[in-house]
Amino acid sequence: MPPAPPVLEARGITKRFPGVLANDNISLTLRKGQVLGLLGENGAGKSTLMNLIYGLYKPDEGEILVNGEPVEITGSKDAIELGIGMVHQHFQLVDVLTVTENVMLGNESTSGPFLRRDQARRRIVELSQEYGLNVDPDALISDLPVGVQQRVEIIKALYRDADILILDEPTAVLTPQETRGLFKIMGALLERGVSIIFISHKLKEILEICDAVVVLRRGAVAGHADPKDSTERSLASLMVGRDVILDVEKAAATPGDEILNVVNLHVLDDRGLPAVEGVSFGLHRGEILGVAGVQGNGQTELVEALAGLRAVADGRFFIKGDDMTGASPRTITEKGVGHVPEDRQQDGLVASFTVMHNLVLSTYYRDAFSKSIVVNDRAIAENARELVRQYDVRPPTINNLAGELSGGNQQKVIVAREFSRDTDLLIASQPTRGLDVGSIEFIHKQIIRMRDEGDGVLLVSSELDEVLSLADRVAVMFEGQIMDILPIELADKDTVGLLMAGIREQPQAEGTA
Amino acid sequence: MSAKAKAPRRIGFRITRLRIIALFLMMLGVFIMAEAGGMDGETITTLKLDSRTTGAASGVGDIAVPTAAYLLIVGALFILSGAFNLVEARATRWRRLSVVLISLCGILFIPTVIIAAAAGDETNLTTIIAESLRLATPLAIGAFAGIWCERAGVVNIAIEGMMLFAACFGFTALFFLRNTALPLETAQLLAVTIGVLAGGLIALLHGWLSITFRTDQIVSGTVINILAVGVTSFVRREYLLSTEAGAAKLANISIPILSDIPVLGDAIFTNQPIFFMMFVMLAFTHVVMFYTRWGLRTRAVGEHPHAADTLGINVNRTRWINVFVSGMIAGLAGAWFSLEATGSFNDGMTRGAGFIALAAMIFGKWTPLGAFGAALLFGFSESLGVRLQMVGVDFPVQFLQMVPYVVTLVVLAGFIGRASPPKAVGQPYVKE
Ligand SMILES: Nc1ncnc2c1ncn2[C@@H]1O[C@H](COP(=O)(O)OP(=O)(O)O)[C@@H](O)[C@H]1O
Ligand SMILES: [Mg+2]
Repeated sequence: MPPAPPVLEARGITKRFPGVLANDNISLTLRKGQVLGLLGENGAGKSTLMNLIYGLYKPDEGEILVNGEPVEITGSKDAIELGIGMVHQHFQLVDVLTVTENVMLGNESTSGPFLRRDQARRRIVELSQEYGLNVDPDALISDLPVGVQQRVEIIKALYRDADILILDEPTAVLTPQETRGLFKIMGALLERGVSIIFISHKLKEILEICDAVVVLRRGAVAGHADPKDSTERSLASLMVGRDVILDVEKAAATPGDEILNVVNLHVLDDRGLPAVEGVSFGLHRGEILGVAGVQGNGQTELVEALAGLRAVADGRFFIKGDDMTGASPRTITEKGVGHVPEDRQQDGLVASFTVMHNLVLSTYYRDAFSKSIVVNDRAIAENARELVRQYDVRPPTINNLAGELSGGNQQKVIVAREFSRDTDLLIASQPTRGLDVGSIEFIHKQIIRMRDEGDGVLLVSSELDEVLSLADRVAVMFEGQIMDILPIELADKDTVGLLMAGIREQPQAEGTA
Repeated sequence: MSAKAKAPRRIGFRITRLRIIALFLMMLGVFIMAEAGGMDGETITTLKLDSRTTGAASGVGDIAVPTAAYLLIVGALFILSGAFNLVEARATRWRRLSVVLISLCGILFIPTVIIAAAAGDETNLTTIIAESLRLATPLAIGAFAGIWCERAGVVNIAIEGMMLFAACFGFTALFFLRNTALPLETAQLLAVTIGVLAGGLIALLHGWLSITFRTDQIVSGTVINILAVGVTSFVRREYLLSTEAGAAKLANISIPILSDIPVLGDAIFTNQPIFFMMFVMLAFTHVVMFYTRWGLRTRAVGEHPHAADTLGINVNRTRWINVFVSGMIAGLAGAWFSLEATGSFNDGMTRGAGFIALAAMIFGKWTPLGAFGAALLFGFSESLGVRLQMVGVDFPVQFLQMVPYVVTLVVLAGFIGRASPPKAVGQPYVKE
């Protein structure tokens, strides 16, 4: 059987951003009715390439062919007309509008100047039924969970008769069960002749559903692979450029005294709505308690409350037996708590400060670094040189601005600062989000080292694999509550996945939230 | 979770927004009752609905209010509903009762102010209604201008400046046109049009600075406001001051049939043209924003421009057009000052109305209907002030005039909830 004809080709695509070569002479081919996997670490240039194809950026070099014809795509309008649809990594939905309004936007059915919502609505219901998307056309986007929002994005593409569909990291926001659901939808799309580019940095998924794989590394094509004769290991080394250890090595935990005790904690989110609704748990020295859950189920607010950054609405929490509810961040820090915040750019660093000053953000006032009102830069520099060496921050100069470092090295600076203090409790929120594999490995090792040195570690992550490989016990959060806390032996992916979707019963029927 | 008993520990008495309102209502209640206490029990206040122009009785009849009793009852109601909401501040179980009580206070509030102010006297409601509406005109139209701009994601604090420009150039146009052979109505129509276009033109400057050059939109608006003061007073001194600068105001129009309705016909349907345009703009803005393709795109661009871009909508073009329309509408509001209200132009004659219009837009949560309601309230405040000054009450007029604003502020802040502006407002759109 001859290979299916190419529907989309990119040839020699190059794109530079100020200071970054985001895409370097990339070529790829998507064939009709197939799934092309695009694999690469964060920052490899996957989204950039897709935005070029979708017309949001203009390539500096290279050409794009659709159905064998060279095309000029100057805006997303052109891409849409060529039958290209894209589900962006960050959804492009207007929160305050309904599903119908979002879907029809830019492609409105009207009579005269007036919107015909009913026509669009009917088409949405049809599409929703045909592909099993199960979307309420009248719901407000802000009321929908992310999994449904993603299906709205898919409807948006189908509504415009897309036959080339780009899915940019669609599984990053889904529970394992929702991921299965998405794969089913993709199957239905393929049957009807849609071709799909599927982006992920999760190796298992790529192996499971792709017909061909292109691996990107630092903006360039690192290799092509056939999923049929690839393994996770071979893809990983293509992606990273060297052999990687996929599993984290760690000894069994030896829990000690309770260090953190949270009792019926209630916390509100920025809009004043309940985000954490009665969470209780205990954490001991020498163990890692992983908090799993789809993003936005109250983890952020929980961590901020424990770090003293957000008011507690009700309930309390104790550190080393002392009530710290409502204490200031400084008091909590002084109590021996290290905090690696979720948003490192926003809350972890001062981008316009040097590395050396960032390394003392939580200790600068201590005698070692300042006398009365004068800061002792020499001591600060010395401290920084030592930490930069120890934590392998690159480049190892201490006078760079923190904002100039890569994500991985920024995170190393934060980890160095928080882990080098005399701590007993570590709160790490999404500690490896968006990092390269090398940095992830390093940070994981440091977290385990801290545990082995007797710290209690609260590890919050929406990467289920990360939680499962590091934690000694796993708490699963859903809609502001802890569904259950499992010892790691009982926490397999399916069990945790169901809990993440808010399903507590024994898994009898398949279901998604 | 299930295993653990829920131990709802209250951490003391929490100050919520609702409680603050409750306290405020109680204070008002005490104030109202005190007012009644110092009053003769026999005091009767007469509310009339006479024609505001001729003073002729409308045939609807007067309402005689036993003032002290009325105020006592209303004051008690305020205190009661305050107390209720203070205790049941969570307002979960009794949410509906809480809503009813506060709404009742809100509805009774304006009549109460009127009655308290006129205590023992007669007061003509028709005049109050008509004046409130009349004075609301530039505020409401200005607020619609703000909605057009901000819904598309561009802050417009330059409404004040645009109004002033329009008031000045509209009047200047009339000043010269009235000496030509044109009939007065045509000259006036042209003058209003020129005012409207002047607003639009200045808006183009705002667009140029804030969309094309991505200047901070607040800075751009401020520049325009400052420019307006300078340019218009220059124009006035150079061209208008030389003669007695007065011209005929826009004439009243009577809408056939409707103007024969008792009370309303007199208060509303016999009025000047820009006044009527307020209603036209209200309907226009509402329909465009919520029922047309343009409105949907505008709102998308103001909320999430990148999403609009991914669907092939030209974000900056959409913003440009909206800013221009906004300027023209602000121009219409400006023309009201010189061409409809006074028939003259004075330095700084818009007196901050552009900013009050913005406040009305925000109070109205960026919706035309809400903004209109807020503008009416502000118009009422203003007319109340004027009336009180005329009657000469023994109470600081400024304070009474302030009360409706404070009430709205408190009620809005706590009860209706936080107004959330279009999310992308103030942010220039950069593609890459
Ligand atoms: N709009 C932009 N401006 C400047 N740099 C960018 C922009 N978008 C992406 N980059 C940079 O280009 C590189 C590739 O990013 P991206 O395509 O988002 O990677 P991926 O999707 O594979 O994670 C990164 O180094 C990123 O910082
Ligand atoms: Mg990406």
